[in-house]
Amino acid sequence: MSELKKITYREALKAGIREALLNDDRVFLMGEDVGRYGGAFAVSKSLLEEFGEDRIMDVPLSESGFVGAGIGASLAGMKPIVEVMTVNFGLLPMDQIVNNAATLLHMSGGQLNVPVVIRMSCGIGKQLAAQHSHSWEPLFAHIPGLVVVSVGTHEDARGMLHTALEHPDPVIIFEYTSMLNLEAEIQIDAGHTDISRAKVRREGKDISIITYGIGVYKALEAAKRLSEQGIDAEVIDLRVLRPLDEDCFIKSVSKTHRALLVEEAWASVNISSEVSARIMENAFYELDAPVKRLGGSEVPIPYPLHLENASVPQVEDIENAVIKILRP
Amino acid sequence: MKNKNNLDPEKAEKLLFQMLLMRKFEEKSAELYTKEKIRGFLHLYIGEEAVATGIIQALKPEDYILATYREHAHALARGVDAGVIMAEMYGKQEGCSRGRGGSMHLFDKEKNFFGGNAIVSGHLPLATGMALASKKLKRDNITVCFFGEGAAAEGEFHEALNLASLWKVPVLFVCENNLYAMGTALRYTHAVQEIEKKGPAYGIESKAVDGMDLLKLMEAANKAVEQVRSSGEPYLLVCNTYRFRAHSMFDAELYRDKTEVEKWKKRDPIPKFRKYLLKENLISEAKVQELEKRLNTEIQKAVDLAEAGTWEAKEELTRFVYSENPVS
Repeated sequence: MSELKKITYREALKAGIREALLNDDRVFLMGEDVGRYGGAFAVSKSLLEEFGEDRIMDVPLSESGFVGAGIGASLAGMKPIVEVMTVNFGLLPMDQIVNNAATLLHMSGGQLNVPVVIRMSCGIGKQLAAQHSHSWEPLFAHIPGLVVVSVGTHEDARGMLHTALEHPDPVIIFEYTSMLNLEAEIQIDAGHTDISRAKVRREGKDISIITYGIGVYKALEAAKRLSEQGIDAEVIDLRVLRPLDEDCFIKSVSKTHRALLVEEAWASVNISSEVSARIMENAFYELDAPVKRLGGSEVPIPYPLHLENASVPQVEDIENAVIKILRP
Repeated sequence: MKNKNNLDPEKAEKLLFQMLLMRKFEEKSAELYTKEKIRGFLHLYIGEEAVATGIIQALKPEDYILATYREHAHALARGVDAGVIMAEMYGKQEGCSRGRGGSMHLFDKEKNFFGGNAIVSGHLPLATGMALASKKLKRDNITVCFFGEGAAAEGEFHEALNLASLWKVPVLFVCENNLYAMGTALRYTHAVQEIEKKGPAYGIESKAVDGMDLLKLMEAANKAVEQVRSSGEPYLLVCNTYRFRAHSMFDAELYRDKTEVEKWKKRDPIPKFRKYLLKENLISEAKVQELEKRLNTEIQKAVDLAEAGTWEAKEELTRFVYSENPVS
């Protein structure tokens, strides 16, 4: 058993970036306020002092421009980490991401690789209202050519960037604003994340709770409470939202015969919709109960705390939904 | 022996042949379009040949070129084989993009030809990023980015110019101002119609040049390329030109007067250059006739290659959505 270390999600992300910069000279970080400000969420604090302004580049507010430049730099041999402050600003460079990053390899007949990594913070923060709170992983996961991953744990916060940078195709990494100060213990030598695989975060036999991102710790907490009531829930962290690791959740559902799908993104046409469809296609006869989804309320997320909380699934909601499936 | 315009007979012949090839190749393409051999969009460069010729003759093979969806001529000037381009327009897998891109998406990585970009202005940030990579990797190549005056109304034009100047990267922006963004005239799309006035707002040296005169273009291009190469900083060259043909094969040209087109045709860059070469004794009538003959052979060879080309198997449809070796 290796040594455990207590670390915040923010520190874990920073450790991942720092390791990447030390590991390969072609890696550089660019984004709004990543340098002198230290990162809008203080993730890259002090990296400018350590690595200098060629490798930690503050950029103007021109998301389309600098994301496109990151894509261009990756075409010409660099390994850029492009930070888009939050996914809410992530629609401005959507043209670059869809029409260039995701398209060039196929459209050029396999000639042009785009090994860019784009990090975006995502999900509700603390009462940041409708233009700073959304979870738009499904918008990006819709696009073939992108690898879309979600950082649901501290272990992945530190270990995912390395693998993403090794990937020859564009990788979009979603990180979660509300988890930044969260502390957890991780193994010092936990290593790098396999970004082609989902991960069983808790084994159980009664139901599969399939989730990602913020949902992971919430589902684990719900599973803990449920265990006190004699319910043994399995928790799957999808981790990679495109291409989905179907084998992992089909195997789990085939074992537990029940599934609850949880995420913060708007409920219609989200990741759970896709997971649900795949369960129907591949494991319909394994099911003992209909698949149930718990998604975000379909509203622009409002400012007041009680309404913000009501906009996304909470631990109690997960707990109640599981009980309803198992003890109708 | 070089004349005062730095031309010797060998170079003179090469340039004339190149422009004739561009013209003839596209005339043939239009004919093949009516025979439904070429489908989709087909945007002809006829009338604008001096621009691609004048700029690309000033470059080294290691310089990166990005162009628009009106890029057959640029690919030819860069040395992409006419047959390979024609095969691409036929949609055959012998084409430079495996037949997947067609007329608008010619790519040849080995020749440092990066498209074939059909989202207006979407490739400008890529160009800035590629130049940034050259700077970071201490390569001495430059990036040249062609775009129309329509692109200069897009936000990405302004973002890309600002970033290029801010970062001091070696990129030559070449505006091919043919006066019409599809069917909307410059005077209806730009409050300031002299595109060259937009460079200095970002601290970029800019110049306008007669885009119908190869000699003037060569002089301006040689100077601009030399300056970008030696200073490592961006430059904006606006080439005022005109397309003699419709925007695409679907365009009834309701937006411009036939007399205007006829007036511009009198400034056709190809007869003008030929006449100059004859006058300067840089080429003989006999040689011109020989070139015409060689031209016909070349075009026929290209069409033959395209005709003999094969279709990519349907089973390969999803190849290169992602790289075939996922972790490099």
